[in-house]
Amino acid sequence: MKPHAGMTIDGFELIEQMPSGGMASLWRARHPAHDFPIVLKMPFFDPGAEVSVIISHEMEEMIMRHLSGPHVPRFLGSGDLARTPYVAMEFVEGRHLAALAREAPLAAEEIAGIGIEVGTALNAIHRQKVVHLDLKPENVILAERGAVLLDFGLATHADLPDLLGAETELPIGTPAYIAPEQILGERFDPASDIFALGCILYLLATGKEPFGHPSTVAGMKRRLYQAPAPPRARNATLPQWLDAVIMRCLELDRSKRYADAAQVAFDLRNPDQVALPRQQEAVSPGLLQGLAGLFRKTDERALVGSSSVPRREAGPSMVLVAVDLSSGPDPLAQEVLAETARVLACRPDSKLVCLTVLKTEIVSETPLADESGRSIYLKRLVALKDWARPLHLPDERISFHVLEGVSPADAILAFAARNDAGHIVIGARASSALRRHLGSVSAKVVAEARCSVSVVRLKAVEERAATPLPEPGNP
Amino acid sequence: MRTALLADIHANREALDAVLDAVAGLRVDRVVVLGDIVGYGPDPDYAVEKVAELVSHGAFCVKGNHDEAVLSGPAGMNDIAREAVAWTRTRLSAHHMEFLGTMPLEWRDGDDLFVHASALSPERWHYVGDAAAAADCLEATDATNVFCGHTHLPAIHYALPGRAPQPFTPRDGVATPLSPFRRHVVVVGSVGQPRDRNPAACLGLVDQEARTMTMLRIPYDHETTARKIDAAGLSPWLGMRLRIGR
Repeated sequence: MKPHAGMTIDGFELIEQMPSGGMASLWRARHPAHDFPIVLKMPFFDPGAEVSVIISHEMEEMIMRHLSGPHVPRFLGSGDLARTPYVAMEFVEGRHLAALAREAPLAAEEIAGIGIEVGTALNAIHRQKVVHLDLKPENVILAERGAVLLDFGLATHADLPDLLGAETELPIGTPAYIAPEQILGERFDPASDIFALGCILYLLATGKEPFGHPSTVAGMKRRLYQAPAPPRARNATLPQWLDAVIMRCLELDRSKRYADAAQVAFDLRNPDQVALPRQQEAVSPGLLQGLAGLFRKTDERALVGSSSVPRREAGPSMVLVAVDLSSGPDPLAQEVLAETARVLACRPDSKLVCLTVLKTEIVSETPLADESGRSIYLKRLVALKDWARPLHLPDERISFHVLEGVSPADAILAFAARNDAGHIVIGARASSALRRHLGSVSAKVVAEARCSVSVVRLKAVEERAATPLPEPGNP
Repeated sequence: MRTALLADIHANREALDAVLDAVAGLRVDRVVVLGDIVGYGPDPDYAVEKVAELVSHGAFCVKGNHDEAVLSGPAGMNDIAREAVAWTRTRLSAHHMEFLGTMPLEWRDGDDLFVHASALSPERWHYVGDAAAAADCLEATDATNVFCGHTHLPAIHYALPGRAPQPFTPRDGVATPLSPFRRHVVVVGSVGQPRDRNPAACLGLVDQEARTMTMLRIPYDHETTARKIDAAGLSPWLGMRLRIGR
């Protein structure tokens, strides 16, 4: 039966039809068991419908069952495919990114804010082994709880069969946003979503998609051979750092893109820490050279670089190290440095975030606003950079932060949570009576961190503390 | 309904015991043994007795090519398999042989078909090793789903009418969905001689309500089995392959 308002399917009462695309109809609905608005997505299964409509519906149902958290709509159930196929999910209230994009170019701060939200949402689904593969403004709702990603009809899950990709040799995705490797048929790399995020930010920054709307495969493939104009060429008011972030998302070679969405969000949150590319003289190929290029056979797979999946599995992408430099360089700080180097070594595209905390006695709005405060802050920053120097990390792999707080542990924990840190390295001082009384910073970080923590100790110092020399005179 | 699937036990006592221990903890409604109870391994009498005991408690069991070879001769087998069949015969009583003789080639339950090798001429023991063989298998039956073994390599083939089935290697321990409007050939990995480079025994678990298929991997003491194979004078390769899962 054709769906209509008032009709009830498995307890879901259809209220009204919503505007939708060509693959499925969308219905506002309610259900007595749920006190929030609901949407039912019902694929068009007409005789003669593309088989991809059926498979895409099947995959979306399969993947939504495996996703949870604030960045996807709550999955409520699905209909029997033989009778009434549908996917029922929560209707997410919020601003539609597609509507916002129509007002582009937006201000840099607003673009960064949106990029942080979408990057955080992407990181959340990537952690759940899902690659979206159709990220575009139409599929993003900016809700109160953060960005919510819609439409998993083209998505893949690392542990599940890719029934859609197996059916066709043609690129699967939206031409304006599809990543180069996705055009070549690769469907399991989260780096493809980073590329699409770059396209979205580019659109918000300039009002135009970086590669237009090609309608043929050859048109889509142009992005394998031609870099887009930098967003600043289209919007001169755009700050350099935002231009750099967008262009790094849009790198043709995946290994040169951001290692993950958390790193994109980090740079958007910390504009002053974004590594700006050194100015390069653009060399335009001569006519003859251009013609020669047309006839040269290119290995397109080599152009898009290697998959980011093995790198992701090798180790954390964001390593946060908290080092205590309050009493100058000391052996424990050196040992923390050595452990940090080991954690970084497992992954060539990881980022190191160096923290040191200035302990303040009282909570105040601007404790370091005065002249002497500034100088303490700067001194600590210089010391932090000097401490990390032996690691010889390039600018884009390292950043430095002097935090202030009454409780160093709380400051470290809040910073780690906000920036999606994947691993924390921290030193632990030998136990003393005072420390036992106050509680140690590292113990609190270990207890409350949402990621793995390496606690570094100096064995020699610990042993000395554990077995004190006998008092003179005693046997 | 939850069904435990045991394929290609191959007279491996240690693997069978470990798998049955795991089954006991799984709350399954029934057990189906997908053939090749004997052959290759050093404990054929134990394996047959254990499966007969399962059957007496309501399990279903179909015949494999090694079971058949013990009964009627190892036609078409390679030297190592042939030698193992001959040795196995010396270890089985008339009672054991009688049990092997009672097993059917296939068992149909509603929309599901259980068979050792392929639904296409089960007595010819075709390997379902690729999409073409899966298509032939489905072509030969009107069952929605076929559950089999024989290749010792876990796989699920997803089929839509009029299209080539899509092969997929399920991840160990992951509940992999079976589609409500597709047909499937599920190839369950081997209990007693895994060949997918993972020496742990494979135990198939189908959840008919949730429509999922899980290949659980159960580590067992394969060193002991390999030692017994050596002591029995069987081909040393049979022990080696248990250690490396090939």
